[in-house]
Amino acid sequence: MSRAISVEGAIALPTVKTARRKRVIGRIAVYAALVVFALAYLFPLAVMLLTSVKPLREIQAGNILALPVEPTIAPWTAAWSTACVGVECVGIRGFYANTFIIVIPAVVIATLIGALNGFALTKFRFPGHRLIFGLILFGTFTPYQAILIPMAATLGKLGLSGSLVGLILVHTIYGLPFTTVFARGFYIGVPQELVKAAEVDGAGFFRTFWSVMLPISAPILIVSVIWMFTNIWNDFLFGSAYAFGSNAPIMVALNNVVNTSTGEKPYNVHMASAMLAAIPTLILYIVAGKYFIRGLMSGSVKG
Amino acid sequence: MTAAEITSANDAGGPRHGGRLRRRLAQRVNIAFVVPTVVIVVVFVYGFVSWSAVLSFTDSKTFPSFNFVGFQQYQSLWSNSRWHASVENLAIFTIGFVGLSTLVGLLLAILLDQRIKAEGLFRTIYLYPLAISFIVTGTAWKWALNPGLGLEKLMHDWGFESFNFDWIANPNRAIYTLIIAAVWQGSGFAMAVFLAALRGVDAEIVKAAKIDGAGPFRTYWSVVMPLLRPAFLTVLIIMVALAIRTFDLMVAMTGGGPGFATDLPTNFMYQFAFGRQRLGLAAASAIMIFVTVLALMIPFIASELRRESRDQR
Repeated sequence: MSRAISVEGAIALPTVKTARRKRVIGRIAVYAALVVFALAYLFPLAVMLLTSVKPLREIQAGNILALPVEPTIAPWTAAWSTACVGVECVGIRGFYANTFIIVIPAVVIATLIGALNGFALTKFRFPGHRLIFGLILFGTFTPYQAILIPMAATLGKLGLSGSLVGLILVHTIYGLPFTTVFARGFYIGVPQELVKAAEVDGAGFFRTFWSVMLPISAPILIVSVIWMFTNIWNDFLFGSAYAFGSNAPIMVALNNVVNTSTGEKPYNVHMASAMLAAIPTLILYIVAGKYFIRGLMSGSVKG
Repeated sequence: MTAAEITSANDAGGPRHGGRLRRRLAQRVNIAFVVPTVVIVVVFVYGFVSWSAVLSFTDSKTFPSFNFVGFQQYQSLWSNSRWHASVENLAIFTIGFVGLSTLVGLLLAILLDQRIKAEGLFRTIYLYPLAISFIVTGTAWKWALNPGLGLEKLMHDWGFESFNFDWIANPNRAIYTLIIAAVWQGSGFAMAVFLAALRGVDAEIVKAAKIDGAGPFRTYWSVVMPLLRPAFLTVLIIMVALAIRTFDLMVAMTGGGPGFATDLPTNFMYQFAFGRQRLGLAAASAIMIFVTVLALMIPFIASELRRESRDQR
């Protein structure tokens, strides 16, 4: 191409121009495609948000993307405190509180134990350590249908059926494989010299973990906390199988709000409930998306 | 103080004698710290799965019994028309969901890899659905695809009078609406994996292909794509496993209906365990689901572990 310009400049010049024009058109096409996809991904969120601030008659008269003529927050307050969840019209606030009560202890316990385990798994090479890690790794992919009945029986035996404590226990147990895999992946990259140095210094396992490893573990602890929070907050299967009535977590309550309304359906209240249920994890994602993605990828692409 | 400094300081005056005994003792302590989790995982994952397997060979109804009946539950499972319907639905759903997510994810990753301004913003938008629960997703899409008031009416208002979209209420089409919602939610994951893989492709190779006169499509098709093979495998395996476990989305969006048009094996299992009190049959269906995921994951996990041990050497 460059030779063409120097030898036959008169002919080559337009070619350069078309090449540049082609490149510009290409760039525009790339950005246009990206924007179209972005709009498609934002579409359901826009529909939810718009529907949640419209009076019911506007919903009947307009379309899902029509801007509200008389915006109202009444559906949000109704969703919060008066929407019917099953037979009781108490709003979703109580279920919101339940979910925090379940999430916080489960996240803290599973993250700490997972970090300790992840460290132990990287620290010493006992026979079969790889097999043990494989068993734990598969634990993150287990279809929970296969443990649903035995866990129901066990919770029954322990007298924890339908209770929040039961759900905390279940989420902690099945969160452990995730937190352990996260921590192990992180500690495996920590220079062994650091650990050995602490040991030669006379620090035991727990001491080394506590004063050498934990202080540098902030990134992986954040990954673990965000992942666990999102998973437990968004859980439906365990919640619907093991919690009854007023002890249900938020996603079970949301599903009940949507599926139990009779007569004219208050779509705006449904959408406000869905928004309220989505907000905590959305906020976490917006604030700490980087860590969320890292958690998402660590089960699949390591190293 | 760097690690090296600490080590050398200790070498000078650190306690040496009794080191071996101490180290062995320390090992014991270490093991004591892993044992609880290993026990928990072994009991609550593998023990419980085995327990389900045992139940699947009994005639358990409302309560677990230990009256063994051989493969009877599996026989009645595979002669149950609802189970067959749910397996067929799962096949359609899996092919559609995994295929489309892979395609969309790859396309988005390639687009984002063109030195885009505001790449972070686009990535954030494509990935946010992953932070949302399936129940919210199902609720939103159920409303957006409402035959009377949803997308159909929007298109009519925008001038496309003949636009017809009642799929969510149409038994022959409803499964495709599940695919739409699932692709919306999951394709970001495929994008993230492909983008990471693209970033790992050696720029020199791409440059060499361009010098050889390959256009952008040719470059991607015959130079970059082969390098993305591991990423393809990861996406396929993880998304198929995800598809098999799909439950919440279906509950929120279609409830398995109309009729059993979108019923999935996970719902079959749930209904027979908690609704119809037929624990034996439910356990048999659970084991079918488990075995399928296991068969899919074992080669994947084995290769991950092998790669890791290779990297360490």
